[in-house]
Formats: sequence, C-alpha cells, structure tokens
Amino acid sequence: MSSDELIWRIAGGSGDGIDSTSQNFAKALMRSGLDVFTHRHYPSRIRGGHTYVEIRAADHDVQSRGDGYNFLLSLGDSFARNPQEEAYYGNEEIKPLSENLDELREGGIIVYDEGLISEEDVEAIDLEARAEENDWHVFPMDLRGLAREHGREVMRNTAGVGVTAALLDMDLEHIEDLMSDAMGGDVLEANLEILHEAYDTINTEYEFEHDLRAPEGSHETEQALLSGSNAIAYGAIDAGCRFIAGYPMTPWTDVFTILAQNFPDMGGVSEQVEDEIAAAALALGASHAGAKAMSGSSGGGFALMSEPLGLAEMTETPLVLVESMRAGPSTGMPTKPEQGDLEFVLYTSQGDSSRVVFAPSNIEEAYEQTRLAFEIAWDYQLPAIVIYDQKLSGENKNVDVEFFDREPQPDLGSTLTEDELAEAAHDASGKFKRFNHEGAENNVVPRSLPGQKGGRYLATGNEHSPVGHISEDPDNRVAQMTRRIEKLENIREELDEEHESNQTYYGDDTAEYGIITWGSSHGAVNEAVERLNDDGHAVKGISVSDMMPFPEAEVTEFLESVDEAMVVEMNATAQFRGLIQKELGRFGEKMTSLLKYNGNPFEPAEVVEGYEVNLADEDREPTAQVRIEPAAGD
Amino acid sequence: MSAFNAIGEEREIDRDEFTPGVEPQPTWCPGCGDFGVLKSLKQALPEVGKTPEEVLTVTGIGCSGKLSSYLDTYGFHTIHGRSLPVARAAKLANTDLEVIAAGGDGDGYGIGGNHFIHTARENHDMTYIVFNNEIFGLTKGQTSPTSPKGHKSKTQPSGSAKTPLRPLSLSLTAGASYVARTAAVNPNQAKEIIAEAIEHDGFAHVDFLTQCPTWNKDARQYVPYIDIQESEDYDHDITDRREAAEMMHETEDVLNEGTVLTGRYYVDEDRPSYQEEKAAVGELPDQPLAERYFDEDAEWERSYDLLERHT
Repeated sequence: MSSDELIWRIAGGSGDGIDSTSQNFAKALMRSGLDVFTHRHYPSRIRGGHTYVEIRAADHDVQSRGDGYNFLLSLGDSFARNPQEEAYYGNEEIKPLSENLDELREGGIIVYDEGLISEEDVEAIDLEARAEENDWHVFPMDLRGLAREHGREVMRNTAGVGVTAALLDMDLEHIEDLMSDAMGGDVLEANLEILHEAYDTINTEYEFEHDLRAPEGSHETEQALLSGSNAIAYGAIDAGCRFIAGYPMTPWTDVFTILAQNFPDMGGVSEQVEDEIAAAALALGASHAGAKAMSGSSGGGFALMSEPLGLAEMTETPLVLVESMRAGPSTGMPTKPEQGDLEFVLYTSQGDSSRVVFAPSNIEEAYEQTRLAFEIAWDYQLPAIVIYDQKLSGENKNVDVEFFDREPQPDLGSTLTEDELAEAAHDASGKFKRFNHEGAENNVVPRSLPGQKGGRYLATGNEHSPVGHISEDPDNRVAQMTRRIEKLENIREELDEEHESNQTYYGDDTAEYGIITWGSSHGAVNEAVERLNDDGHAVKGISVSDMMPFPEAEVTEFLESVDEAMVVEMNATAQFRGLIQKELGRFGEKMTSLLKYNGNPFEPAEVVEGYEVNLADEDREPTAQVRIEPAAGD
Repeated sequence: MSAFNAIGEEREIDRDEFTPGVEPQPTWCPGCGDFGVLKSLKQALPEVGKTPEEVLTVTGIGCSGKLSSYLDTYGFHTIHGRSLPVARAAKLANTDLEVIAAGGDGDGYGIGGNHFIHTARENHDMTYIVFNNEIFGLTKGQTSPTSPKGHKSKTQPSGSAKTPLRPLSLSLTAGASYVARTAAVNPNQAKEIIAEAIEHDGFAHVDFLTQCPTWNKDARQYVPYIDIQESEDYDHDITDRREAAEMMHETEDVLNEGTVLTGRYYVDEDRPSYQEEKAAVGELPDQPLAERYFDEDAEWERSYDLLERHT
C-alpha cells in the first residue's frame, strides 16, 4: 500500500471526545507539513450513538474526504450501555468497530479498544475472516485499561493516538506540543504518560508488517486548520460585523457561537433571542441604526426569517443572513448535509426578490464571500445571503495563515455623514429624500442613520415615496420597484468587472464534457475531474458560487463550450440545474444531473462513476445512493 | 465629534416639529382614539427635551402602525407584530437613541406576543405603547386578543369563547419595570404617563385604551374612567409588585364590565435596564456601537489575531 495519503478515522460514541481528539491529531499532521481535510459524521444525539471523524492527510491539496479510508481507531462507545435504558439502547459498544468496516480500504489498519469491545462481540462480526480477506492489520489493545492505570478512563483517546503514532512511525513532538498547549499540571502529565506507554507498547509487544506510514509533508508557511463556520465568522469579523442575533439550530449554531464568544472582546454585540423572526428583525433593527449586523439559521429557522428578509428588501436596509443547509424537508436530518434549500433561499418572502445570494464552495471562499456579502449589502442596501451546508460548516481544512492577513473593512457603504447629509436632497418640509429615485447612481440612494441631523425619514415595508411616505401612486411604484430590482444588474456588473470571479474552473479547458456543481460538492467534483483527466478522459469543471445575481456570461460560455454537461448537487429535484435553465433559458438538452440525498456528501469515486455512466455512456446503473436525472427531452 | 449630533441637542423644542409638513395626513377615522396617542406623544416629547431626530419610532402594522408616519421623528414602520425586536436592536446598536415602539392589541399582544413577553423579561430600555381598542381595526373589525368574551364579529359570529388577555399582568409577570394604562379620553393623564414612560430607564409598557368608533362601538372605553392614583378607593403602592399584581387582576376582571381604571400600576426604578445588565457582564460596549463606525481612532480587531488557536 502506498503512503501517499493517510485517511485516519476515529470512531466512538457522541460525547467520547472524538471531536477534540481528532482536532488535535489533525493539527499535529498539519504541523508536520501535510495538507489535511476533516470530515465529521455524528448523530442528532447528545451522548452515545455512533460517531466518527475522518482526517485525510497528504502531501498534496486535499479538497474532500477520500473514497474510503485506511486507518480505523475504534474506541468503543462508552455511552452505549445505559443500565437504566438498556432495553432501548441495547448493547452497542461494538458499533464503532462494526459500523465502520465497509469503507475500510484493503490493507488498512484497525486498532480497537479491547477494554470496551468484548471478544465475543468481535467474534460475532467475523472480524478475523474479513481481515484476512481484505488484508487488514488488526491491533486489539486495552486502551481503556491503560488510561485508567495512569489517569482516567476518558484519556483512552490519548492512548489511541499514541498507538496510531507508533503504527505510522510518526514523531510524537507535534502531538506533545499540542497537548501542552491544551492542558497542564497532573492532567498533562497523565496524558503524556499514557501517550508514551501506548507508543512503546506497540513498538515492543506487537509485531507489525504493514507499510502504511504517515506521509512526509512539505509546507513551508504556517497553516491554520479551520472549519467553514470559522471562515464565515472570520469573514464577518473582518467585514466589520459587530452585531449578531440568533436562535440555536444545527448546524448554523457554529457560526453563532464563534461570534458570540469573540464579540465581547471586540466591542461587538451578540443576542440570543426568542425565535428566528426576532433574530432577523434584530439584525435589521441594528443595521437600520448603524451597525454592521448579521443573523442566520438553518432551513427551518430561515423559514421564519422570510418576513424580516422581505422587509430588508423593501426598506433597503443592508443585512447579511447565513443559511446553513441540512437535509429537509421540515426538520429533516439535523446533522446531515443536503443542498436542498437553494430555491427556498432564492425566492422566499413575498414579492420579487432583490437580494444577493452567494454559495461558497470551500473554506477560503466561505471567508472571502462572507466578506464580499457585507460589502455588497452595505454598498447596495439590500440583504445578502450566504448559503452553505452542514458539510462545509463542519469540515476542517488547512489554510495558509497569510490568507487572512488583511485589513478589516468597517465601512458602512452608502451611508452619509452629517456633513454630506446637509448637501443631500430634502423635500419642502425638510425631510430627507431617502428613497429619491431621481439621479440615483447604481440605483442606490445613500441613507441616513437615526440620530443624525437633517436625515429624518420613514422606513416602511409598504411601498413609499422618496421621503418614505406610504404611497400607492403607480408612477412612484414603478420607479421604486424598478430601482430596487435593477440594483442586481449593477451588482452583476461590479462583480464581473471589479472582483475576481466567484466561480472556480478546473480540469482540461479544451474538454467537450463538463461537470457543473455548486457549494460544498465542489471538493469531490474537483477531485473527480482531476482523476478523470489523469486517467485519460478530457473533462472540465466549474463550481458556481453566485446564485443571485446569476453569472450568466460565465455559465453560458462554459455550457457553449461543451457537448454535454453533468450537474452535480446534493438534492432530489435538481434545483441548481433548474436555476441554470431558468436564468439562461436554454441548455436543457445538454444537462443531465447526478443527485445524492442520502445524508452523506459525495465522494470523488461517485462523481467519477456518474461521469462514466452518464457522459461516457457506459451501459450500467450507478450505485443505489446516487440518482441520474436525464436531460430535458430525454 | 459625534456622528449623531441630533442626539442630546439642547434647545427649545416646539411640538409642531413633530408634525409632518403637508403630508401625510392621518387616515384614521373621525373620533379615533389613535389621535389621542399621537397628541400625547407630541406633547410629551418636547416636555422631556427630546428632539425629533434623536427619537426612533418603530411601529407594527394596522391603524396604530401609522403612528410612525404621523409623528415626524426617525421612523421604522415594520411588519405585523415585529416592532419590538427591531426597536430593541436599534437601541442596542445605538444606546443614545430614544426608542419608542408602538402597535395595536392584535399586533402587540397577538402576533407579537412572544416578542412582548421577552422584551419585558429582558427589561429593554424603551417605551412600548399599545393602542388597545379591543378590535382589529384596519382589517375591518375582527375579534382581537383583548376583545371581551362573547364579543361578536365577522370571524367570531357566535361570540368569542376566549377570555381576553391581561396585558398589564402579563408584562408585570414577564418583568417590565414600568406598567401603566391610560386612555385617549383622558389627554392630561395620557401625556403625563407617556412622558414618564419615556424618561423611565427600562421597559415601559403603556396600555393605551383607544376607542374605535367605527368597528367597536360597544367598547367600554367611553365610560368614565377612574385614575387609580387619584382615587382613595384604590389605594395601592405602585412600587410593590404584589399590590400591583392584585390591582391589575382586579382591574382587568372588570375592564369590560363598566369601570375603567387607568394610571400607573407598577413603577420599579431600581431594576437595571437590560442595557445596563448587559454592559455589566461585559457584553455591551461603552461607546455606542453605531458611533464606532464613524470613529477614526477606533481599533478594529481582525480575524488574523484569532488564528493562533487554529495553528
């Protein structure tokens, strides 16, 4: 087995410390110079239940989880046996081992905790035979017992990491450093003892012949390991956002928590409120009064925000909302990703939409496009939505630290100072013509803020005259409505001319086959396109991030350049393909779809398979977990 | 120099400044109690030294929602039931603003009921005036949360089976630190109470009885009221929670039976406002957030400074 990449999976019960352990191990790999990507799988449960985190580490860019994995550290679910509720939960200590075998690659390594997983259970799942068949190397160890001897049972994670390091021939230096950063005193001492004993035990008491080793890394610049939620929160901070209101809902809670924890030290204000209608209304009120504000939620909570969202459009109040998709409809699958809220986010709320929607496809774009969303929202006075999903929210990837080294932008956009306000247009009674459609550059009228001299006006959700009086005059209605809607054209022009494209291109640009995707499916598609080209196919890819205003020219050019295209997205009704057809009014016959909506993100191999079945016309059915939707007219 | 010079400006203020110029003219029906609220605000604001531009009037939907059009301050006419979350965030973003929220009984006690409870609970420093005419007016006469039991309307043709909501008891229980009821038919008391509410540091809830001569001719707001502070029959200590609660209970039982009691029911000058509480735990900056965007010396922390924990 080659060691060009390590995909390490740590499995256990929710609440067993899987997350923090994996985070530290991923950092250790990153510090050794590798690119890392983490994927988190967890149930909607506080404690117990099968959960795992996968870390993919390689000496090349990693954009997605791999296809399968090659190292399993199975801790045993310590919450599986609940004496009071045994009838309900049953005896499931074996699950972190038994549930993970299907995706383990040939030649892979298994370490499992003999302290929690009994011999009889292991026999029952026929591990020995399966290991022989797949050339797996199995290492049973009493990790719990070892941890208990030196400290506490919960430290069995550390024992597992020690065993991993020994089996992969890794240096313990980075792991020790990270431990000393995170803890001290007796706890640190106990953990270090456990780490070393586990490391030494493997090296002295076990024989091993496998050739999987941690790859050698070659990063020269400092890297940071962070999640999509971190990136969105940091993009907001650097955009000058200092007000957030929210209501907890998975997976949006991550962004909310990060900002709530950082804002007190930054002079920001964070509010946890009674519901999502209130949350978006608060962000709107704060923005109206002169703060850069945001709110957000996941599908069900975002549904409640449709009222304030429309109000922001009508009153031309800048606002950023983030929508972290999880599988729907309704409460759906709280901890599973899906790209099923696209149409909802584009069109929710009554009337014609005048909003901006960005769908970042990876950690860097999440930062970049959140920052851009604030800039556009405050310059053009409309709501901007950043739509992403549970996958991007929770995955971690290394990013060059220097990427974030840029100035904050606390610019309130098209907001007047009092001096400027004195020069602005007022009506006969001295009221500021806040919505003066005459002579508005880019269809934007700079606004005033409550408390400013000479800026009095009324913001209202009813159609209104230039000073904000409620008005149903047809000429005024047309002028105001047109101005609000046409901002989107101005924004499109600005995005095309003054910003680097938000769309990502990859693959062979002379290819006649294209793969189109959006949002977090980008990673798997990108890797699949690379793999196909390496295998002698000619395929090009585009990941689209601008959902509204739509990048008409770019997508048209891409589709014109190919004979056939496959649109890859995680939903059942091909929403993005529908958007392309709606926006461009053609290409229906060129596009097929590869759809997945089982709660798990695409793996590169599935996209490769989709291409083979779909575009290269191989005569076979794709796997049951994905679906192919033929082109219009087929 | 402040970016908000209208705030705290000291000068003689004329009540006419709060009246818009030529338009808009109120579209309220002749004899509507809403005129009374508008008038008391126009009288109270100059009296407490507020300039039109330092006041933000946030309203909901319905006849009451039009207050922000007819009172010439900064205004935000929001959506049905949502005036409070918009208003309290405006206050958090710029703590120097004078924020007045207003809405009707359907707007504030019905669709906005959840926001009402939580804004009172948190004791946000603002004034909340509810135009209570016990009816949905602008949608033409449907039963509201404060309509009496048995009230017949187009949507409750057999008479409402619901006990009316007790708004005063509700906000007191939730945590409001100033709770009063006044009526459009008593302009002098209304002006005094509104002025007090504006000056009160905390959530001031004023249930303002407004007659609806078009849709609710039967309502009791026309009967002579008794000011509970002026009547010896109703002696109670307005700083005592328990006494206030008892008084409210008694009053709200008989509100629809003939006697209308108005006045201050509960005034707690000691309870800190939410803004003070939030500042005390270090979650509200000293300088109003909105000011900071205009402050050239303001330091803006950046995400780069947070990366250490990720490396």
